Amino acid sequence: MNAFSRFLSQYGMLFVLLLLCVFFSLATLREQHPAGAGAARALERQIVAAAAPDGAHAGAAVLIAARAGEADLRFARELARRLAARGRPAAAVVTGDPAALREALESFAGAGRDLLVATLETDAPIVRGVLASFPALTATPILTPPAHRWPTFLLADNLRNVANQIAVIAILAIGMTMVIVTGGIDLSVGSLIALAAVVTAGLIGHLGGEAATAGGMLLAGAAAIGICALIGSFSGLMITRFAVPPFIATLGMMQVTSGIAYILSQGKPIYRVPDGLVTLGRGTEPLLGLPYAVLMMAGLYLVAHLLMSRTTLGRYVYAVGGNAEAARLAGVRVRAVQMFVYVTCAALAGLGGVVMASQLKSGAPTYGLMYELYVIAAVVVGGTSLSGGEGRILGTLIGAFIIAVIQNGMNLTNVESYTQKVVLGLVILGAVLLDRMKHRGLGRRRAAH
Amino acid sequence: MPAPGKDPATLPDPGGAGTRAAEAPLVLRVTGVAKAFPGVQAIRTASLEVRRGEIHALVGENGAGKSTLIKVVTGAHRPDRGTVELNGRPVRISDPRDALHAGVAAIYQEFDLIPALSARENLFLGREPRHRLDVREERRRAREVFDRLGIAIDPEALVRDLPVAHQQLVEIARALLADARLLIMDEPTAALTPREVETLFGILADLRRREIGILFISHRLDEVFHHADRVTVMRDGATLGTWPLPELTREALIEKMVGRPLEAEFPKVRAAAGVARLTVRGLRGGRVREATFAARAGEVLGIAGLVGAGRTDLVRLIFGADRPEGGTVLLDGQPVTIRSPWDAIRRGICLLTEDRANQGLVLGLSARENFALPNLGHWSRVGWIAEGRERAAFLHYVESLNIRVAGPEQAARHLSGGNQQKLLVARWLESDSRVVIFDEPTRGIDVGAKYEMYLLINDLAARGKAIVMISSELPEILGMSDRVLVMHQGRITGEITDVAGATQEQVLELAVR
Repeated sequence: MNAFSRFLSQYGMLFVLLLLCVFFSLATLREQHPAGAGAARALERQIVAAAAPDGAHAGAAVLIAARAGEADLRFARELARRLAARGRPAAAVVTGDPAALREALESFAGAGRDLLVATLETDAPIVRGVLASFPALTATPILTPPAHRWPTFLLADNLRNVANQIAVIAILAIGMTMVIVTGGIDLSVGSLIALAAVVTAGLIGHLGGEAATAGGMLLAGAAAIGICALIGSFSGLMITRFAVPPFIATLGMMQVTSGIAYILSQGKPIYRVPDGLVTLGRGTEPLLGLPYAVLMMAGLYLVAHLLMSRTTLGRYVYAVGGNAEAARLAGVRVRAVQMFVYVTCAALAGLGGVVMASQLKSGAPTYGLMYELYVIAAVVVGGTSLSGGEGRILGTLIGAFIIAVIQNGMNLTNVESYTQKVVLGLVILGAVLLDRMKHRGLGRRRAAH
Repeated sequence: MPAPGKDPATLPDPGGAGTRAAEAPLVLRVTGVAKAFPGVQAIRTASLEVRRGEIHALVGENGAGKSTLIKVVTGAHRPDRGTVELNGRPVRISDPRDALHAGVAAIYQEFDLIPALSARENLFLGREPRHRLDVREERRRAREVFDRLGIAIDPEALVRDLPVAHQQLVEIARALLADARLLIMDEPTAALTPREVETLFGILADLRRREIGILFISHRLDEVFHHADRVTVMRDGATLGTWPLPELTREALIEKMVGRPLEAEFPKVRAAAGVARLTVRGLRGGRVREATFAARAGEVLGIAGLVGAGRTDLVRLIFGADRPEGGTVLLDGQPVTIRSPWDAIRRGICLLTEDRANQGLVLGLSARENFALPNLGHWSRVGWIAEGRERAAFLHYVESLNIRVAGPEQAARHLSGGNQQKLLVARWLESDSRVVIFDEPTRGIDVGAKYEMYLLINDLAARGKAIVMISSELPEILGMSDRVLVMHQGRITGEITDVAGATQEQVLELAVR
């Protein structure tokens, strides 16, 4: 029982996360049609073989048809590049709607030359439909990349998506973990996201709008984070100097902050930002294709983990949460520690707001609505006790991912959004129950002495 | 495991003829009980008999298994072996309600009262609806039971507004209302003033006349000898036996509890005091109206007085835990400004608070972390802790102070009272304070650990530190101090320099003047 409960408390949530991944992998196992550059790679071989002098369609002209989406374009360009490199350049590359394809095919219909259409599996029916309207071309073969069985959940794109979608919540959850470990709570983080996004977008507007430079954008983001930190220091002041309960102090600041965001933006989204703004939120680093936001999240978790586990400040945070009076009488400057966690929490919320502005390429006062609840949920699911004094930063990361995986998995398995709410709520309750069980175990051991 | 028949407590009491309740029937008989928790054999074998109309003390060092034994009787723990009989019938109690039905009422150190409800509401809480009375009837019966106990408590007063002693009496009244035949109390006097203790034992003597059996745990041997009829000693998870008290000397009882003979209760070493390390002039704030004194290097300065005389407030002011309204503090002749405990610690003053659990330790953190809390600067550079050095320092103290921990990572809450206190001493030794203030250094710790604490105090004094020691135990004050200050109503009302020749009465006289 003892070893079991220790296992549960240390690794329980990681285990749950892995189990969820396995479950959703099995639930989303289906035929996968490659897309993007990967599809081009797979198709290249087929085309070269088919169009070779001894192939089934020797000497045929190759037409690449794709839509104009980002992944489709990547597919079309990559395939064209590869074919050219093999000395069999495509006769035409059509990207766009069926009308564009029809236009391109008209010239081939008259030429009487053998034709081969390379396209994605998803677009094959459309291509076939268009070909059917040219009697000379009805027999034209359509080549698509081969399909294979693989869980949709485990597709690199999807995993990247999961990580990118949770990045903002996970970044906020770092600060929230520190606050909750001191025995407090911060309800204002959702509003701080909105304020930071509005300030970022608004300042960029003043610094040149669509023509703003990278330096200008950095300045705007830094200013937004600074303002959020200032608001956090105000909450901290209320809590430390005037002994306002954190729940009330930050509830008030949640309203104030949200109001300021509406006033600054006059209630409207701000779109006057350059395209370059999305680099932080949507861009990926070239080596592994990891989004910058996810990399930043990982870096912050590493720093926060070291801070909480290996530094004097981290030790004080736990001591204040465990027993503030005993900590004070042991020479810990309790108010300074509390100030630190509220300012850090607010600054990280500001950073989350900047990331969100970058992801959505705009700033609006409606951003971050209800995020405080998701963030608190991530912290609690991650095993941090709301009564303070215990909790782990890396547990919070796991908690955030559990929430993200459940949401993503339910989207993939077509669970409707109402049901999703019910499931998420139950997951949070389950995590708290697990925490209680852990504590009861402790209580039993305490009674032995 | 000894056979149950050989256990001394189950044998007919050889000295029973001499006690008042010798022939009375048993209200409680515990036979051969054993209880293990994961990793701990809390009780190896325990047997105990409580008769109707007797006051029975249960003594032993912390960790001897007293609390566990009580919890077995009240059904909070289920024994692994052995039987519990109440009024001659074997019982199996599974919760406090069952216990009340079986006639057992237990009063723990943390009361089971709801602070926001009135005394009357607490008295009648938890009774089945069919036993529910109307408010007038409840009030009448509450008055009646308070009258019977001879105490003046307004039934409509909120429990949180009552002093601790009265809260305890409300619990006793509740037990009476439930018609309890056995009243169990865990350290009932730990939080009471001497006068309240007298009142409590007066009431218990009255209950004894009503044929109620009373079993209480105590670390205060004085009250055991004054008020109990018989005493049962536990050591290392086993009952050693039960003795009628007139037949036992104090020394014999201590030896049974500790398992070895003690040379003296107070191993005082007197040394020549040096220069004044801590000087306090005109300090006031809180209950302290005016305090001027000096504590010298190498001396133990005792501070005596009644609860509420302002002793704790005084040391909290010196330590910066509370803001003084005026006065100056000098350290080694230099005036210092102390605004917070952090200031005090940096300047070399430390305080071991009377309430270890709430003001001393962060119970959820490990022993090592608690030890290190004010000293992290010793093993860290720009905030980065060298954990290996921290652990080594802690283990050094574990060895030199003989702190019994399962390991450096054991949570502080799982240490016994004596080891918690040693842990705090280790903390302040490491911080190398010049002035060490103890507030009730031996409260709630057992005889053996007390002795070790006294040795530590001697050791600290020998290193030239100035020791200030508050204690409500007059024998301790007189046994361990080089000089005694007596406080009364926020002022220092007397000083005793010839401690060896002083009597408790002298101190008390100064304390109530």
